Amino acid sequence: MTPDGDLTKVADPADTPFGIVVDKPQEFPRSRRKLKEAGLAYFLLLPALLIFAVFIFYPFLKNFQLATQQVPPFPGLPTKNVGLDQFGDVLGSKDFLNSLWTTVLFALITVPIGLILGLALAMVAHQKLKGIAIFRTIFSSTVATSIAVAAVIFGTLMNPQVGLLPWLGINPQPPFLENPGLALPAVAVATIWQSLGLSFILMSSGLQSVPDDLLEAAEVDGAGAWSKFRNVTLPLLSPTVFFAIVVGTIFAFQTFGQIDLLTQGGPIKKTNVLTYYIYSTLRESRDPGKAAVLAIALFVITMLLTLFQLRFLERRVHYAR
Amino acid sequence: MSTRKTRRQVWGLVGRYTLLAVLSIVVLFPIYITVVNALLTGDQLGSRTPTLFPLHPVWENFSKAWSDGHFGHYMVNSFVVTLLIVTGQLITAVFAGYAFAFLEFPFKRTLFVVFLATLMVPFEVTIIQNLTTVTDLGIYNSYAGLAIPFMATGFGAFLMRQAFLGVPRDLQDAASLDGYGHWRFMTRVAVPLVRPSVAALGVFAFLSAWNQYLWPLLVTKDDQFRTVQVGLKQLAGSTIGDIPLRFAGAAIAVVPLAILLIVFQKQLVRGLTAGAVKG
Repeated sequence: MTPDGDLTKVADPADTPFGIVVDKPQEFPRSRRKLKEAGLAYFLLLPALLIFAVFIFYPFLKNFQLATQQVPPFPGLPTKNVGLDQFGDVLGSKDFLNSLWTTVLFALITVPIGLILGLALAMVAHQKLKGIAIFRTIFSSTVATSIAVAAVIFGTLMNPQVGLLPWLGINPQPPFLENPGLALPAVAVATIWQSLGLSFILMSSGLQSVPDDLLEAAEVDGAGAWSKFRNVTLPLLSPTVFFAIVVGTIFAFQTFGQIDLLTQGGPIKKTNVLTYYIYSTLRESRDPGKAAVLAIALFVITMLLTLFQLRFLERRVHYAR
Repeated sequence: MSTRKTRRQVWGLVGRYTLLAVLSIVVLFPIYITVVNALLTGDQLGSRTPTLFPLHPVWENFSKAWSDGHFGHYMVNSFVVTLLIVTGQLITAVFAGYAFAFLEFPFKRTLFVVFLATLMVPFEVTIIQNLTTVTDLGIYNSYAGLAIPFMATGFGAFLMRQAFLGVPRDLQDAASLDGYGHWRFMTRVAVPLVRPSVAALGVFAFLSAWNQYLWPLLVTKDDQFRTVQVGLKQLAGSTIGDIPLRFAGAAIAVVPLAILLIVFQKQLVRGLTAGAVKG
């Protein structure tokens, strides 16, 4: 959290218990005003708090209760309370480990490639040229697409019934999305393209924070293009890069739409990423207990990534000051 | 010497524009080929010599996706749900942001941490119980069920708080001398002053609401409430023999956001660079 005068300032003496001095005639109306202010504050916070309570905190906590309930093998039987046993069963299962590895692999493909392509586009667009704004708009254009749109476009292009890729000599057997070795990379291609716009926008805003005079100074010192990039731009860009890696990884762990539209977790569970696994456990296996364990695992991973990022951002703030 | 330098500059310029143009073509190609393929017949699409420019565009594919594919209806649903979410988010974010920036009240710090804590819980983690809750509340398969869970975000409140903290305190004192209460100060002074942040949040909320996939898939059961994104799945499933229609559907789904990107580019960039924090 950012240090902030509002939250950390020492309370006005009139607010402290010892500040209630009776000899001040304005004391009473003043505290009534404070009461009114607090009332207004709670009124303003209420709508958001209500939604958070019902749709974030309650379902989040409910996961822990659901996770102890084992769905009976045959419908009609009562659910069994198995305590923490289900955690071990689910998290130790081959399916979960496969799903976790698939998600990590997916992040390892999409995050670095997306980042490098976004950075490359940002570097190319980071120059003073007539009409550069048009190219910037084009490079950020994929933010206007959704993951569902990207999945439909790439999935249909990879459909062997469509002539374009076979004409280019790209016609793997079995076809991309049914091919155990190619399905995940194929889904990754759609994902990388869709996130390219966002990656470009992030990297561009990072590049704008690199001072021009520093680059000019390096040039005067005889630094070449690569040396300028390696020794000036990249170090100054590292917070943005770090941020993009963490956020990209969090996004990767929420991958769902492209899997649902393209592969449904197959072939042979090669694309069964964690969020899709939660969904299919809930929807197809109708096992909320097991799904809850998986959801808790997803939460823990996201939390660790977020904390990692917050720690780093905090340090960055200190550097800046 | 000077002419040679100019010539080199000219060639450098040509090189730069060529690079930019080539990259633009690569980035835009999937969208271009989508529009082209949407205008082909099934046979042309399957041909091993692909058509890269439709000489006889089949515009009926778009009208078929729009009516037979229910895309007209899906669009209406997407717009209704998105506008509900954007309006809800703006109101809850302005309210909460104002309270955190301008008001003093007990448990302020705690409540602020509560708001920040919501950022750590991805929506995917909460779907199991939310599906039950929405059914119990009687809003399964309805606009309310699609929109209400997203009408408040910790990110929005945080963004508005930061914006309001930039409003000079003197203004509030002056307004209060003029007899403005908090409500009037918020609506007439503070919100107009932070309009850029409101716009950035609004555009960002529009983008994420329009593109939602998992929740609309879970919470709708028929075409009456399906959104465009889920409609794409319907289209892909129902018209297996008719691939050009899928491309037409994808092209239709992009149009509103393409307009949004062109008109509100600055706000979108602002919202995205701030919004990616949400993860």
